[in-house]
Amino acid sequence: MSWTISAEQIPDLARGAAVLGTGGGGDPYIGALLATQALREHGDVTVVSLDEVPENAVVLTVAMMGAPTVMVEKLPSLDEVTAPVHALGTYLGRPVTHIACAEVGGVNSTIPIAAAAALGLPLLDADGMGRAFPELQMVLPTLYGVTASPLAFSDEKGNIGVLQTVDNSWTERIARVACVEMGCSIMISGFPMSGLQAREALVPGSLSQCVEIGRTITTARDDKADPVDRTVRLLGGRELFAGKVVDVQRATTTGFARGRARIESADASVTLSFQNEHLIAESDGTVLATTPDLIMVLDHDSGEPITTEALRYGQRVRVISAPSDERWHSAEALAMVGPGYFGYDLPAHRFDGTVDAVAAASLEGAA
Amino acid sequence: MHIGIDVGGTNTDAVLMDGTRVLAGVKHSTTPDVTSGIVQAIEDLRSGHAFAGADIDAVMIGTTHFINALVQAKRLAPTAALRLGLPATKALPPLVDWPEALVAAISARSYLAHGGYEFDGRPISPLDPDELRAHAADMKAAGIRSVAVSSVFSPVNHDLEVEAGRIIAEELGPDVAISLSHEIGRIGLLERENATIINAALRELAAEIVDGLSTAVRKQGIEAPIFLSQNDGTLMDEDYVRLYPVATFASGPTNSMRGAALTSGLETCAVVDVGGTTADIGLLINGFPRETSNEVKVAGIRTNFRMPDVLSLGIGGGSIVDIETGEVGPESVGYRLTSEALVFGGSTLTATDIAVAAGRADIGDPSKVAHLDPALVQRVLARIAERVAEAVDRMRTSPEPIPVVAVGGGSILLPDELTLFGTVHRPENYAVANAIGASIAQVGGEIDKVYAIEPGRRDAALAEVRAEAIDKAIAAGASPKTVTIVDFDEVPIPYLPGNATRIRVKAVGDLDMGV
Repeated sequence: MSWTISAEQIPDLARGAAVLGTGGGGDPYIGALLATQALREHGDVTVVSLDEVPENAVVLTVAMMGAPTVMVEKLPSLDEVTAPVHALGTYLGRPVTHIACAEVGGVNSTIPIAAAAALGLPLLDADGMGRAFPELQMVLPTLYGVTASPLAFSDEKGNIGVLQTVDNSWTERIARVACVEMGCSIMISGFPMSGLQAREALVPGSLSQCVEIGRTITTARDDKADPVDRTVRLLGGRELFAGKVVDVQRATTTGFARGRARIESADASVTLSFQNEHLIAESDGTVLATTPDLIMVLDHDSGEPITTEALRYGQRVRVISAPSDERWHSAEALAMVGPGYFGYDLPAHRFDGTVDAVAAASLEGAA
Repeated sequence: MHIGIDVGGTNTDAVLMDGTRVLAGVKHSTTPDVTSGIVQAIEDLRSGHAFAGADIDAVMIGTTHFINALVQAKRLAPTAALRLGLPATKALPPLVDWPEALVAAISARSYLAHGGYEFDGRPISPLDPDELRAHAADMKAAGIRSVAVSSVFSPVNHDLEVEAGRIIAEELGPDVAISLSHEIGRIGLLERENATIINAALRELAAEIVDGLSTAVRKQGIEAPIFLSQNDGTLMDEDYVRLYPVATFASGPTNSMRGAALTSGLETCAVVDVGGTTADIGLLINGFPRETSNEVKVAGIRTNFRMPDVLSLGIGGGSIVDIETGEVGPESVGYRLTSEALVFGGSTLTATDIAVAAGRADIGDPSKVAHLDPALVQRVLARIAERVAEAVDRMRTSPEPIPVVAVGGGSILLPDELTLFGTVHRPENYAVANAIGASIAQVGGEIDKVYAIEPGRRDAALAEVRAEAIDKAIAAGASPKTVTIVDFDEVPIPYLPGNATRIRVKAVGDLDMGV
């Protein structure tokens, strides 16, 4: 069923997206403001559910690539959001019919809304991850043979490029270099899909889910209920820990905001390892949950999601986990987004602390 | 000896201090012109404890003038916001998320111009002096009297902001104030820019207020330096206030909390400061107010100041009581309490009248509230206690018991026992805690630089920066034994080689007055 996004829904949507963004995705405020301004200027956006997309639709994802900390300084222009879509339409020789989100979380769930508004195109109620991940190729369409390339990118100065690469890791490598050169905050459009491919490969209903999560949190506050608890129940997850942030260490050697945060309660502590998004939660040597399941940090009382950049000493927070799309738990998917890919020598753990079935099987095989 | 003065919306409090000892404390209604209230407060101090002008080493003033001017959208200068960054940032121009009423109140003009830097210091585009002069001409035609200049990544390189400010000043002349964003805020363009625009809009008022305050103090034969308190409880001198009035914004709650700590002897507690219009609730952790972890909205504008985390309820001594429902506030008679409250012969039922009727306070003429229904009086007080207890419960960070300290003139509205929290501590001089807090205000030293941190050297590097900040605070006049780090912020700058990290450290200590 199709529905309409207007400026009034953006706060709920952005809050929900920041929850599913698992700490990454950048400042949700800027993304929300960008979408709000675009909707006010260009009118509401029609959101189409996956089962309504025509088979021959031409679907592109739109996203921001770069450092979220750069984007809060060098704010974007709407021209640079629409430019890569136009460029890719020209390259493909067919008009683009639908816009999709590559991920949910922060700016990358709201920039496609701004793009759809400015382009006058419908937006899919879906995304490529059902959460956020740090690298371009980490989307479910990759598992279905859809490649990022041809991929177009643009900066605010009017520079535009279209990449046709041999595989996704080359797209990531070349685009990443261009991104740094262009000032570390660029707009990209890629993963061209037919409607048929989009139906199969994307996570359905994710924008509706973002709005529902956002509304759940605000309603719980109005009801004087516990927003964190209601969010956990909505996501079918569990609460891992409640405490105070006592240390946050960050480094950016590999071009990502990598770091660790330690959260303490009266008698225990939890360490979160992140690379833009939270990847691992462990407590005194016990792994509580890992990527690709969702690890989220919410404000202790208000339930407001806290991004990894916004984590600060003294914050009172609660750490929660929730299951990710089941397709992330195949052997092939775990090789792409499991702890091993990010350099952690441990098997993937599900949100409930059990070792991922596929990872467990491969461990037994090795033994 | 030194004098601490806190000018609130309702009352002007003043204390005469000898070190941390209160020699005299007085409370006076805030006068519409503010300075005559200060003059009276100092005169009252003098009658409480005689002193000569030359005995005074310093006068510390905490004022809500500036934040009130913004909240009420009054006395703000016609202001232009100029941002350097084209062709970037067009989607979200300056003033993008401001309440319309405030945009109108400052007759705001918004301009985008070329300039700004990339994250690594490369220019986005060169400055275009002709473009800036054209903008300046438009500002002049529009009657702009104050300009806020912001630039993309000015915390990394502020050269273009300085240069653009110079060109604009050249066109507009010396009577137009220029505020530069890198001097006011941190990374985060919109928030820094917003704070700069607020600052710009307050510049004219700042000159007026500082002149007024110093005239009032000098009239009392006091030639000692005058300081104003900043958000973090540290002091700034007159000249600094003229340039950066926005730095006074949260000094009210900071002063009351620190005053509560000094007078109650409690370092960790919840402080309920009940004034004429609001009850402000904050947490004091080890003697310092807990700060908000989120962006702070001031008058509906998003900024990134570090401010004490304060929950304000519309309950104060001047709050108007609804005789039907028994609800209190948020409307207040403010400084007109002494003419409008029933006990002062007025015709408005205020929370103070309720306190007098209940025998909690002896103010004005109790016979004028003798007719109030005792059931109503009890209902109103119970409702106030319930709302305050609920608010303290929301502010505390764990179910652990935490002592509650009540300060401010309006704290007579609070019971001696609060549900969940037990005894309410009422320190001596509770009514003038704000002024005491202002009087113990401190001086600080701040370091804000980009460092290349070598792997494995983080702890050592941080220790060096901390030491540098402490030295700076001591150089600014802090007594060395009292200096501590109160603010620490570490932001890595991604994609720069060598783990480049922006570090801000603020060290604070008591002003060394040779006592």
